[in-house]
Amino acid sequence: MKGKIYVEEKYKLRENFHQAKWDEPVIFELHTPGERGILVPEVEPAIEEAVGDGVSAIPNNMVRKKGPALPEVSQMRVLKHFLRMSQQCLGADLNIDIGQGTCTVKYNPKINEILAGLPAATELHPWQDESTVQGALEIIYKMDQFLREISGMDRFTLQPSSGSHAILVMASMLHAYHESRGEAEKRDELITTIFSHPSDPAAAVVKGYKVITLYPGEDGLVNIEALKAAVSDRTAGLFITNPEDTGIFNPKIAEFTRIVREAGGLCGYDQANANGILGITRAREAGFDFCFFNLHKTFSAPHGCGGPGAGALGVTKDLIDFLPVPVVDFDGEKYSLNDDLPHTIGKTRGFYGVFPVILKAYAWIMSLGGKGLKEVARVAVMNNNYILENIKNLKGAASPYPAGKHRIEQVRYTWETLTRDTGVTTEDVTNRMVDFGFHLWASHHPFVVPQPFTIEPTESYSKDEIDEYLEGLKKVVEEAYENPERVKTAPHNSVVHKIDHSTFDDPKKWAITWRAYLKKHGQEDKK
Amino acid sequence: MSNNKDYVHPYIPNSVPEVKAKMLEVIGVKDIEELYDDIPDNLRFKGELNLPEALPSEFSLKKHVESILSKNKTCQEYTSFLGGSCWPHYIPAICDEINQRSEFLTAYAGEPYEDHGRFQALFEYESLMAELLDLDVVNVPTYDWCQAVSTSMRMAERITRRGEVLVVDTVAPDRLLAIRNYCKPTVKVALVKHSPETGLIDLDDLKKKMSGDIAGVYIENPSFLGFIETQGQEVADIAHKNGALSIVGVDPGTLGVIAPPSHYGADITCGDIQPLGIRMNYGGALAGFIATRDEEKFVMEYPSRLFGISKTAVDGEWGFGDVAYDRTSFGVREKGKEFIGTGTALWGITAAVYLSLMGPRGMKDLGKHIMQKSQYAIKKLSQIKGVKTPRFQSVHFKDFVVDFNDTPKPVSEINRFLLDKGIFGGRDLSRDFPELGQSALYCVTEVHSQDDIDTLVEVLNEYL
Repeated sequence: MKGKIYVEEKYKLRENFHQAKWDEPVIFELHTPGERGILVPEVEPAIEEAVGDGVSAIPNNMVRKKGPALPEVSQMRVLKHFLRMSQQCLGADLNIDIGQGTCTVKYNPKINEILAGLPAATELHPWQDESTVQGALEIIYKMDQFLREISGMDRFTLQPSSGSHAILVMASMLHAYHESRGEAEKRDELITTIFSHPSDPAAAVVKGYKVITLYPGEDGLVNIEALKAAVSDRTAGLFITNPEDTGIFNPKIAEFTRIVREAGGLCGYDQANANGILGITRAREAGFDFCFFNLHKTFSAPHGCGGPGAGALGVTKDLIDFLPVPVVDFDGEKYSLNDDLPHTIGKTRGFYGVFPVILKAYAWIMSLGGKGLKEVARVAVMNNNYILENIKNLKGAASPYPAGKHRIEQVRYTWETLTRDTGVTTEDVTNRMVDFGFHLWASHHPFVVPQPFTIEPTESYSKDEIDEYLEGLKKVVEEAYENPERVKTAPHNSVVHKIDHSTFDDPKKWAITWRAYLKKHGQEDKK
Repeated sequence: MSNNKDYVHPYIPNSVPEVKAKMLEVIGVKDIEELYDDIPDNLRFKGELNLPEALPSEFSLKKHVESILSKNKTCQEYTSFLGGSCWPHYIPAICDEINQRSEFLTAYAGEPYEDHGRFQALFEYESLMAELLDLDVVNVPTYDWCQAVSTSMRMAERITRRGEVLVVDTVAPDRLLAIRNYCKPTVKVALVKHSPETGLIDLDDLKKKMSGDIAGVYIENPSFLGFIETQGQEVADIAHKNGALSIVGVDPGTLGVIAPPSHYGADITCGDIQPLGIRMNYGGALAGFIATRDEEKFVMEYPSRLFGISKTAVDGEWGFGDVAYDRTSFGVREKGKEFIGTGTALWGITAAVYLSLMGPRGMKDLGKHIMQKSQYAIKKLSQIKGVKTPRFQSVHFKDFVVDFNDTPKPVSEINRFLLDKGIFGGRDLSRDFPELGQSALYCVTEVHSQDDIDTLVEVLNEYL
């Protein structure tokens, strides 16, 4: 190895790890005619007497003639089936989930799940009289207040359902803002950077924008001259993340926002990467008009296999009137829903936002307080730079853009050398890491950094755990140099073996549902 | 909290000073501050965030949050007749058991190897929904019905290369606002009238508004106002004759007894799975589905993840993965179809559990039960002096409009009276549907007992 790996001896790798493997069939294969999973309550006899069977009233052309071909499975078997599938899934509660950079996979406190599961949260209908949901409104209102303090912005909407959805809402408000000034048609360009999330450009296109993507120079940052060249009287705005997905903080960010704003554009801050800068630096001081946080990332709500999440979108004073409705007001005595914003873009989801996620994020902030949030950021950054220091000394790996530079909350690394030396790619390493109980993610596309991998340790994992993960990387690198086939044929100890991807892009062969599979492949299976 | 003064927060293990010192030594800095050397001083936030004092002990935190939540009155404590896109249904115990599993709850974006179970569970969700809808393609769920219908319209725009959609004017008000925002500025949205008597879409108005610019026609079944739209086939025929697509929003909970939209010509079906085993959560636990036939021209226009089934290197093993990933914005950024990120996967898994438990018989029984209950409620309520229900002369599923125009009281006052008696009355429609005057949208499902309905009728009788 080219240098020293600083992990202490005691953190031995789980060489004998094997993920749960149930060889579980698809639910349709469990079908036994006549079995029941649950019974629907009986209708009272007096009701049956009064109205008959109810379904005879359905107009003939609307009657379902043949029942849905759902499987018939007894209750315990359904339970077992889904429990087994859950065991074949490696959640953050079980693994050292630092290999999913950009996604801030941190501890999701169990107490918050208990609180969000209370009937006082789950058994509320959104149209209840406001006097009966004062607690729910208070949580939403206070989250708005907290996030104002954390970002310096003037008001938040908690309606967006994810970070990407917050980008869509931001793009919608951007359009409405320029429209209110008679400039919507002229200002049709949106500027972003390649190391900002794919949804920054993609959601902007939904709102009719043409996208200009800026690429970094050797220092990992977009050159200010490149920004100036991109800005014009057609500029609607800039959507940018900072630190970018490389973990590099753009020190000239205030200059970036100034240039765009002077040209008449607005600036939106994608704060998916906020975990390392809570209490350290804020959107307001950097000159942003919008910023959003992912409550399921930075603010600890769990990721749920890919949602539900929540995006909290904050704006400066001039943009409050464009927010989606309703917002929550407080008159000193009671909380209420306010639909009356003069330039509102309307609504972007049903009702008011993803309440359970908002509640969990509220509880997390209350547990930590202002000092605690700053400690979260500081420790997350320390953990990240500790990993960086170790990976720098790992043969075959590197952290592109200037060496010696500190990073904020994550780093995008490269296996370029490893691939060149051994033929082992990021995908191979990823598949082999699985054999030790780890997950490692590459990067969003396109792979600007060749053979990328992205690590974001957050504040949640102890040094011991981080060392164990590093030991895993070290082991896979050793194997790559000594026995690359072992890595290239991985996984060996996971749930399943190398998956045949050849059908997924072929319309004749892909099968997105079981019934489609039977239609397309049922015959060949029988042979 | 004096004993906690210098606490290491339980969520931040490496706050332990000795550990910190060791890690900083490896990094080669004396202080964490040095790691922020790229952030210029003028951007540094000085001082402390002005947030409430921390409650680091779990006990204090629990007390605090519970005290806020205790200000809520729930649909368990009160009898609620609110529905209209967020509905009260019985939640089988196993639904909660599975969606609270650590493995599902805290997984995110693992590979189809270590997250095999996530891929399989969501593939099964797609497959179970496909049976209910009688279609071969269903997406991994998006945010909610608002997003599902909005995307369905943009899919229609791309498939037909046309720039306008027609929407029936009985559409849910929230959805119309979301559609308008999502379609702006590239797709025009125009409304089609309904019959004032039956509530059904006005086919003459639809024909009048049809043109070569129309990408799709959108109706809902049951409509937001609760009645079953019986002219789905006619709507689809008119759309198809003009080269447009038929888009139908549907409550999946109806499909044990009512024909799915694919049986009356729908090209794109969408809706919300909240009624399939997901608690109301103050309207914060919605999840949208989109479904189509298995044709390349449709599949390639989905912005969503689509999980497919495959084989592995070992005989007899199922493997799963992303179908046609390169159509997504994950694959090709702004060149992808709309955008994709975190959706509502956990609710998809929950709905899969629900449908697995219910089976064909359960869905049929549910549909029958609800139709009996709502017809009973309609019958009883219509016997109250001055009360007319259903407002529309059509068959209803679980929601229905109760017309109070001939009673001496406005809905707001009626609802205040009901609230005092422990009842959440129906949604006041006077703002969203002013033409209905003093009317309210009531909802009855399998969770309402005969006694709940009889009590409502008694209290209204007493008041009116």
